[in-house]
Amino acid sequence: MAPIGGHSRICPGLWRKTLLLNFTDSRTDLQVTSLIAPSVVDISDLRLSDARALLEHGASAPLPDSDAHPTEFVQSVIDGLCELSSKDPLTGLANRRNFTAVLEREIDGVARSGEPALLLMLDIDHFKSINDTHGHSAGDQVLQAVAKCLARCIRPMDSVARYGGEEFAVVLPNCLVSVGEAVAERIRLTVESLTIPVGLTASVRATISVGGAYAPAWVRSTAPQWIERADRLLYRAKAQGRNCVRIDHQQAIAVSAEEKKLLFGHLALGEPAWIERAAVEPASGGASGVGP
Amino acid sequence: MNEELLHEADGGPAGPQVPLAPHGKVMAVTSGKGGVGKTFVSANLAAALAKRGQRVLVLDADLGLANLDVVLNLYPKITLHDVFSGKAKLEEAIIQAPGGFSVLLAGSGMVEYSRLTPEIRTDFLRIIDGLIPRYDVVLLDTGAGISDVVLFAVSLASVVLVVATPEPTSLTDAYATIKVLAGQQKREHIYMVINQTARLGDGRAITGQLQQVLDRFVVTEPGRGVRLVHLADIPADPSVRQAVMRRQLLMQTMPGCPAALAVTQLARKLEESVMPVER
Repeated sequence: MAPIGGHSRICPGLWRKTLLLNFTDSRTDLQVTSLIAPSVVDISDLRLSDARALLEHGASAPLPDSDAHPTEFVQSVIDGLCELSSKDPLTGLANRRNFTAVLEREIDGVARSGEPALLLMLDIDHFKSINDTHGHSAGDQVLQAVAKCLARCIRPMDSVARYGGEEFAVVLPNCLVSVGEAVAERIRLTVESLTIPVGLTASVRATISVGGAYAPAWVRSTAPQWIERADRLLYRAKAQGRNCVRIDHQQAIAVSAEEKKLLFGHLALGEPAWIERAAVEPASGGASGVGP
Repeated sequence: MNEELLHEADGGPAGPQVPLAPHGKVMAVTSGKGGVGKTFVSANLAAALAKRGQRVLVLDADLGLANLDVVLNLYPKITLHDVFSGKAKLEEAIIQAPGGFSVLLAGSGMVEYSRLTPEIRTDFLRIIDGLIPRYDVVLLDTGAGISDVVLFAVSLASVVLVVATPEPTSLTDAYATIKVLAGQQKREHIYMVINQTARLGDGRAITGQLQQVLDRFVVTEPGRGVRLVHLADIPADPSVRQAVMRRQLLMQTMPGCPAALAVTQLARKLEESVMPVER
């Protein structure tokens, strides 16, 4: 069984009797296998009723019967609880806890690869007045509709989360600096075009303000820092009239395919173009500031 | 965790990521990609400058994966590591290299310093401050890549040399490094040393090519873009490999070979047209 860094995993051990735990010791990097209990754990001894009750209402996958293979059963309980603890119950999006983990992972990637990653913070404009005018259940319906819309707007590799209240967050890995603004603008326009039915007869329209920041490439930043920068841009969008996008462009440092093509695309053709040109105009390399 | 440092590393919407505090005597040698001859250039350039009468110190700023000791075949008991940890004084860690210059080696205990912490930042600044009065040139041999340690070391230098070879991977990484330095540190001039060139004029043409791509893709305030200055081509020369394999300094053992002559030329150009005039 492959070691799973920092996590433990229950694996089929002794039929119906014991649970084996496989994990990697973070200090020694050695894989450790240990018995959860010195002797045996009987599934029927575990107090699973609260977990089952939670899962019956919230989990997307149904629980197997309790007379299924015990390992399978416990695994499905754990999987269900993991899912519940990472989701926002109202909108079904990732919750803030889950999202922070996604951000941390993305920061690691950005620090290593230098690829541009964009974080968008989005906030529904005048949400309080929707609540005040149409009631809180209307507010919930708006949140759900916007959440659904956001989830539709993004690529499979992107993540969207309900960050809190009427604030959402989207992280877009490998999002070129040149397109970040367009992506955010498209999301804003899509939300703006929604007609959201609330109650039986009424419908409302919602707009969002969007702030965005690129992760500092090659620098190991932190999730709070990155969020704070995106949040600052969101405040700017709010202050500058709402229903608009403000993005911080500072991290334009990854090398795009287009740039690479210009840098050395001609190498593939055999003779580098610069050598030919250097032969024709040897002394006029425009970049030189120091005499030959 | 130091909030201020994190904030600086992250950068605000305005302002560069690494605040520039360069000193006129400090020169950084960097590359983007590893294995392009950065340490070779640092060591031999130091020897060439020393030959011209400069008091030179090379500081192994590749704290995590130091190579300068290997190139110079020097393994002192006291290293930068001991200075950082307070076990030794700065002067105790400075040793004389074969080429007539001083070195401050990182030592093998430095892996823990591969990430920039506030303590490392302070120690580093303290060490540079201690070196400046004693030398004419402090050369920082930085690590490969564009890590925060590298960017920090480079931010202390008034002159930045980027070493690249004509290979596409090296050019890409050099280009990425230059973009970062232009964007975050608002560098106006970056000096190019093209190593292992096959023909005369390759380096100048490559520099021109890099400049063209920069002009097109790196948006800066008009008229304030980064200018690449081609300083030297170091020709591909079998003597270099020989010297490295023997763990000797090229400038000492084969000063007349084409690569050594190119380094000598580089030292002359640096001294004559790049290095700031003594105040």
